[in-house]
Amino acid sequence: MMDTPAAVRARGITKCFGDVVALDGIDLDVAPGGIHGLVGPNGAGKTTLLGLLLSLAVADEGRLEILGTPVGKTLSAPGGVAGFVDGPGLYPSLTARQNLAALAALRGGDRRTAKIDDVLGEVGLTDVADDRVRGFSLGMRQRLGLAAALLTEPRLLVLDEPANGLDPAGKKHVHGVLGRLAAGGTTVVLSSHRMDDLEALCSEVTILSTGRVVFTGPLGKLSAENGELDHRLRTSDPEAARPLVAGAPGIRLAEGDADAFVVRALVPALDELVLRLAKEGIAVRELAPVVSPLEAAFLALTEQPEAGR
Amino acid sequence: MTATLTETARPVPVARGYRFELVKLFSAWRIRVLVVACWLAPALFVAVVSEQSSLPVDTLFGRWMNATGWAGPLVMLGFAGTYALPLLTSVVAGDVFASEDRLGTWRHLLVAVRSTRRIFVAKALASLTVIFVLVAGMAVSGAVGGVLAAGSRPLAGLDGHLLAPGDAAVRVLLAWVCVFAPTLALGAIGLLGSVLWGRSPMGLLLPAVVALVLALAQLLPLPVAVRLALPSYAFIAWNGLFTDPAQLGPLLIAVGVSLGWAVLATALAYLLFVRRDFTNPARDGGGRRALTLGVLPLVALLAATAGVVAVATPATGSGIGLDKVQRSVATAFAHLYRLQAGQLNRPDVTEEQLAATAACTKGDGLVEPEGPGNDWRCVVSWHLPGIAATGSAIYQLDITSDGRYVADGDGPKEVNGYFQVRTPAGDQPNPLWQFDGNVELLTTTKG
Repeated sequence: MMDTPAAVRARGITKCFGDVVALDGIDLDVAPGGIHGLVGPNGAGKTTLLGLLLSLAVADEGRLEILGTPVGKTLSAPGGVAGFVDGPGLYPSLTARQNLAALAALRGGDRRTAKIDDVLGEVGLTDVADDRVRGFSLGMRQRLGLAAALLTEPRLLVLDEPANGLDPAGKKHVHGVLGRLAAGGTTVVLSSHRMDDLEALCSEVTILSTGRVVFTGPLGKLSAENGELDHRLRTSDPEAARPLVAGAPGIRLAEGDADAFVVRALVPALDELVLRLAKEGIAVRELAPVVSPLEAAFLALTEQPEAGR
Repeated sequence: MTATLTETARPVPVARGYRFELVKLFSAWRIRVLVVACWLAPALFVAVVSEQSSLPVDTLFGRWMNATGWAGPLVMLGFAGTYALPLLTSVVAGDVFASEDRLGTWRHLLVAVRSTRRIFVAKALASLTVIFVLVAGMAVSGAVGGVLAAGSRPLAGLDGHLLAPGDAAVRVLLAWVCVFAPTLALGAIGLLGSVLWGRSPMGLLLPAVVALVLALAQLLPLPVAVRLALPSYAFIAWNGLFTDPAQLGPLLIAVGVSLGWAVLATALAYLLFVRRDFTNPARDGGGRRALTLGVLPLVALLAATAGVVAVATPATGSGIGLDKVQRSVATAFAHLYRLQAGQLNRPDVTEEQLAATAACTKGDGLVEPEGPGNDWRCVVSWHLPGIAATGSAIYQLDITSDGRYVADGDGPKEVNGYFQVRTPAGDQPNPLWQFDGNVELLTTTKG
């Protein structure tokens, strides 16, 4: 019986640029058919790692397998790997359609207009298909870059900051496309600074800091490991709720005003608090993290001073 | 666990990469403007100038523009070698790699093509194709404009002998083909600059700067071996196609040198390109070491070529000596005398019957008769059948360091003064009044 290999399997990957250590012995496993987020502060090594996945470069040390194939030299990634780093590569003197047609012809793949129209429609660029890319906004370029990657029907899609410059409609298109790809079995590895995007999209995340992996795994595991978080609590009767909140076990009242409180607690303590409030006839109108679990973990693990707790 | 191995994706074939590069190049408005300009402007220029009474006599073959349509493309060739071709190669080859840096598309291209070698070959071939289209346009356009405006008539060569229209057409074509060699050299220098400097404008400017430096060098009184070792000499050496016999030695050496530069500069650009680290965000060009690697071999080639030419050919000094000047002036005079006789409806006389000779001095005999200068003075003597007296005429010569000269008639005015003669193409100045000629810097042909 054949096992499905990991989409990405990295062991001890180190990459240096002169004296600068961009990646320092990282291990990474990306399971096939999901969306894997890559986060980290500027200079953490995200783009370098994505470049290795596209085999634009090779690691100085360590072993990297992509779609089950060891990658030992530059530009030797297996077929089915697509994506972009540092923004999509587009030619401004060509229209969106011409960019895709030229790329399709280059790869010797499907040059049919229908296929190109399909991917343009998927990313929401049908209306501007015959406009020159010179006039495109950053968000439109990002979507066209994604369309270019979709043309190849990838099995591993590597995207560097694909949400940059997207308006809400564009974001909806992109999220929809990525979700459908993942549902269809394509593995997506993407980097982003938008924690809300990552939480909405990703099943797993890897947090990089100064070239090292400080966390990798499912988002749920991150929340569980994250400890107490600040939550904003708004109830139907703040005055009555205040003594209950202050006296609840495992709950610390961080701050509050006439309408809402900020409480610091683990998830089980919060569950208990909600039950007690309900029992006293106080409705909970809002209970949400002040900072998302991913963002809090990011800030904590990467030692940002304004960690959200 | 058993892994499912996936085959490494194969690089894109060069033919597809070449088409992709052509699509990109021809999508740029500046390339499209250049193509239109190169295929239309020379025809318009030549046609308009050929109809004027005042011709560009300071340009080689300019004085013949309203006498024959084959002078027009040669005037264009002179202009192209000095200005147009360096600029065209700058815009095309000087930008073909740099444009990817400017647009930030290298990584995209690498992921798509999966081979730096194939990207290089595709880009080099695509820029070569565009340069060829531009050069061919200038040649064809200039010829069509000239022939339409002045007709396909005989062309007086640089030694005064008349070339039949068909022969002139072939030599015009050959001249443009020969000039493609130094154009390739400039194109390769453009590739090298584009690879070396990335998005910096220096890469774009390099062919034009190199061409300017080479043009200035050709104006200097360089030893002939060094002159021939410069990759731009073919821009001058094509003149030798318009003498009888053709001065093929310098032309072949010049073409060979140009091709040598083209090959070496392309190879250097290739080596630097395939060694480039496209993931290092701090580097888009080759850096100081790459600059050294790119420039030093070309300097070494120049020195080696000059050495080989100096050892393998008999030429020394400037290559412009008294005997060569006297022989050249006498030959041109004899051919043009025969042309003048025909235009004035006088009895035909052959060059052998004329037995023209020239006695030249430089600086009124006060300096050594050698090298370029505008102080050459020649007295041409000839004989006419059945007439005992010897005819003589005086010319002032301005010889430039590349061997070209303009001979200006200084009497007697009945022979080489200014007057109009009636020709099938209309009234023309007396062909013996002023004429262009050249001194072969290497003595490889007997004439």
